[in-house]
Amino acid sequence: MKSRREFLKQAATGAVLAGSAAAADKLALAGILESHAAQNTAGKSKVVIVRDASLHGAGTQLDEQRVLNLLDKAMAAYTGREIPVEAWKSVIPAGILAGKVIGLKVNGLGGRGISTHAALTLAVAERLQQAGVRAGSILVWERDARSLEACGMTVNTDPSRVRCYGNDVGGYEDAPASWGSVNIRLAKILTRECAMVINLPILKDHNMAGITFSMKNMYGVADRPFMLHGNNCNPAVADLNCIPAVREKVWFTIGDAMSSVYDGGPGFRPERLWYPNALVVGEDRVAVDSTAWQMIERKRAEARMPTLEAVGRTPKYIATAADAAHRLGTNDPQRIRLVEV
Amino acid sequence: MMENALRTLGSVKLNTASVVLAIAAVAACAGCKKKDADPFPATGAVAGWEKTSDTRVYAAKDLWQYIDGDAEQYLQAGVVSTSTSDYKYQGTLEAVVDVYTMENSAGARKILETGRTSDAKSVQVGDAGLAYEQSVTFRKGPNLVRIVAYDAPPGTQQALIALAHGVEANL
Repeated sequence: MKSRREFLKQAATGAVLAGSAAAADKLALAGILESHAAQNTAGKSKVVIVRDASLHGAGTQLDEQRVLNLLDKAMAAYTGREIPVEAWKSVIPAGILAGKVIGLKVNGLGGRGISTHAALTLAVAERLQQAGVRAGSILVWERDARSLEACGMTVNTDPSRVRCYGNDVGGYEDAPASWGSVNIRLAKILTRECAMVINLPILKDHNMAGITFSMKNMYGVADRPFMLHGNNCNPAVADLNCIPAVREKVWFTIGDAMSSVYDGGPGFRPERLWYPNALVVGEDRVAVDSTAWQMIERKRAEARMPTLEAVGRTPKYIATAADAAHRLGTNDPQRIRLVEV
Repeated sequence: MMENALRTLGSVKLNTASVVLAIAAVAACAGCKKKDADPFPATGAVAGWEKTSDTRVYAAKDLWQYIDGDAEQYLQAGVVSTSTSDYKYQGTLEAVVDVYTMENSAGARKILETGRTSDAKSVQVGDAGLAYEQSVTFRKGPNLVRIVAYDAPPGTQQALIALAHGVEANL
């Protein structure tokens, strides 16, 4: 298991990221990690939750302008930069903004009603373009066309516009990738297309994992995700996130908690639908998931439902991801700087 | 001679009975097949409801492709196949109908009872049914049917129950 310092050192000398493109990418990646290390002030991982109670207005339809404003507010709170373009440039290194492909990994597996909202995906794509990313260098991505449609997206492979397609188009690597208990074939969109991936999961209760948010959304990079669901998805979620291409390319989460299901997930359960009207942003995927877990628990308590532990669905993979073998981040509340706006 | 005649008559009767039984069995089987193939009401079969997609069918081993992590509970309950189709009510309210065919009625009962919460309202559909503001779930024999709307304008529950009866009639 490499420490971040060791990884940065190896990235700078081109010793990591087997299977990914050029040394320039590796250097750019080292820059990213230096940048995201800077977000972790005083040894704490920063997680931002921004909310807008009027996001859904009177009905269930999102107000798209308010979603864009909420995203700007989240990025400003996260980076300390009020101007959106500057905020984005401070997170994403110039080497990637200048021409590399940035994936936006959405989640549409729960079907319509509980998938990453198109309003958020398009808002991120809009701000990336304003920060200098070519439209065709943005690739909205999920497992397949059906999942993308559930997210309100339309498949598009035309490189003159924001692209959008799934692993059913991009395919999987022939050679398996392994880490710990996980042995899968990775999506080529991750391994070959994207220099980095912005993770856009949607917050949900999950009848096996406990909750699904940042780390669990990476099941979408695997050819056989159904093989990873045993034992509350533990340690599979943590192991999967340790696979180098996942660990090193997918390090920034803008989590969609605008609507959520707090029980009966991961499918759409309108009777358990709730509107946190929030985005959760962070670079420490473990801290982000720990924060999300507490959001679900608070809602369950409010609804007088038992805790996830009481129903045998503790998201144990979060602690596993933080342990010495994985070191993907921290689940220690004392080491998480939670900023709520 | 009389004995032979009776034997022949008996044989004819038996043969006739066999043919009738065979025809009935074939007819019943054909009926089963038809129902298994598509339990979904066609457009207009239930007032106000339009079937807006083809029926998609998933074998048990492929169910994860449709419902990902939700698949496990159905597999444990003995799901054999799942079929699904989209609907629209009065041109605006969108919904999805899922029909899970289990190995037996116990599997359907297990899923219905597991998902039941205190705010569920019992409805007379199939062998047992539950309704919420935006969804109706019922079981009939080995089938577990779940109908979910993506919005909840006034009258949604009544419209979903009507559609549920339409599906029930095809099972």
